[in-house]
Amino acid sequence: MMRIVKYVALDILRNRFVVLYTLFLLLVTVTMFSIEGNSDKAILSLLNIILMVVPLVSIIFTTIHFFNSYEFIELLLSQPINRRSIFLSEYLAIATALCASYVVGVGLPITFFNPSIDTVYMIISGLLLTFVFVSLAFCAAVLTRDKAKGIGIALLFWFYFSLIYDGLILYVIYSFNDYPLEKVTLALISLNPVDLARIIILLKLDISALMGYTGAFYKQFFGSGLGIAYSIGMLGLWAGLPLILSLRRFRMKDI
Amino acid sequence: MISIHNVSKQFGSLKVLKSITADFDIGNSYALIGPNGSGKTTLIKSILGMVLPNSGSIMMNGRSVIGEWNYRSKIGYMPQIGRYPDNMTIGQLFRMMKDLRANSRQIDGELIQSFGLDKIMEKRMHTLSGGTRQKVSAALAFLFNPDVLILDEPTAGLDPLAVEIIKAKIQQEMEADKLFIITSHIMSDLDELSSHALYLDNGTLIYNDSIALLKEETGEVKLGKAIATIMKRNLSKEAAL
Repeated sequence: MMRIVKYVALDILRNRFVVLYTLFLLLVTVTMFSIEGNSDKAILSLLNIILMVVPLVSIIFTTIHFFNSYEFIELLLSQPINRRSIFLSEYLAIATALCASYVVGVGLPITFFNPSIDTVYMIISGLLLTFVFVSLAFCAAVLTRDKAKGIGIALLFWFYFSLIYDGLILYVIYSFNDYPLEKVTLALISLNPVDLARIIILLKLDISALMGYTGAFYKQFFGSGLGIAYSIGMLGLWAGLPLILSLRRFRMKDI
Repeated sequence: MISIHNVSKQFGSLKVLKSITADFDIGNSYALIGPNGSGKTTLIKSILGMVLPNSGSIMMNGRSVIGEWNYRSKIGYMPQIGRYPDNMTIGQLFRMMKDLRANSRQIDGELIQSFGLDKIMEKRMHTLSGGTRQKVSAALAFLFNPDVLILDEPTAGLDPLAVEIIKAKIQQEMEADKLFIITSHIMSDLDELSSHALYLDNGTLIYNDSIALLKEETGEVKLGKAIATIMKRNLSKEAAL
């Protein structure tokens, strides 16, 4: 299986896109820390960009790459190699490449500018988000044979988790604001990986006071070791479940 | 060696294979004949595990191949349209395949030489013409000296010289007690290369026996004519229904 990972990774490295992505992340990170004197503020601005860009790039790049490697997958399938190895190799190679981009583009400079525990959380949540959206991309890619449709589904996932879901949550909170909603919103946040990543960092940055009573509740929950473990576990589930589902689908797929 | 029992496959509402039963024995060469869209490629892909049948069983040496992958080390497959990673060169492709199948015993690179592929190893796959791609596919199918060779339209798109090379290769390997499954629309090629004929029409297996018997039964000397007789007979049968 590692042999296949090697060939897929070589193919991705030959693709200039990953290099451009790394440079872009590097540029954004360095710029943020250069123009913002306060490192908390810099992290916050960076966070907003990363929460948009990392999921978007992860999901689109993965979907396109999967469809472009259809020939390769077809070739491997006529060989004595099982489908699971082919699928997991593709996954590992892409996720590793994108994670490496994130570590080089965000992880290293941010550790240099602001070596603290916040930084560690920032890196962990970025990496987890990459895994989550690569998994979701595989889901989108195995659902259809048509490249345009696949990319459409992938974009829909991104829109949903980055934009639409927040609107829905706001609507729920606004409509039911006469009721105690802390636990409900907590559950609702668990249903969106982007929100999970965001809230870990926001609470670590100690600006949760701005969020009122709910913020205090979150702080009590997410600030604790258990809360952190919970959100990391949830993100893990968000990466694992779509991957398992898409693998099952891929094993039954006609090539 | 390979036995297919009641295999059916449906793509959406389209029934591509309707309860196909056939046996393929080692030492024989089977010609898979039928009009476009009759299910030949789907049948081949089912044997290879690329298409999963809705029902029925496919066995190789007495073991079911559904969900299995190890048995493919005994099969060499030449697809109808070979599709390869664009960025790879021919040399890289062959190296990769050898690397992925590092435990294969013998390497048979004869076709690489006779097709002259060794002189264009640096060419990238996306720059190749359709015919050269076919040559690469053929060389890959024979590369690991498999017991079973499944060739989907091996001679289509090749120049006359290459056609002769691949035919000679097939005949030479047939001597070595291998199982061939060949599809083609060129009856004269199949006449030379195969001992048995399977005629598929619209997902149903209409004829499955030796070519000698087919010729005797229809009173024709050429496979093409004999198949045409079968096709006509089948049409009139359909018309009668």
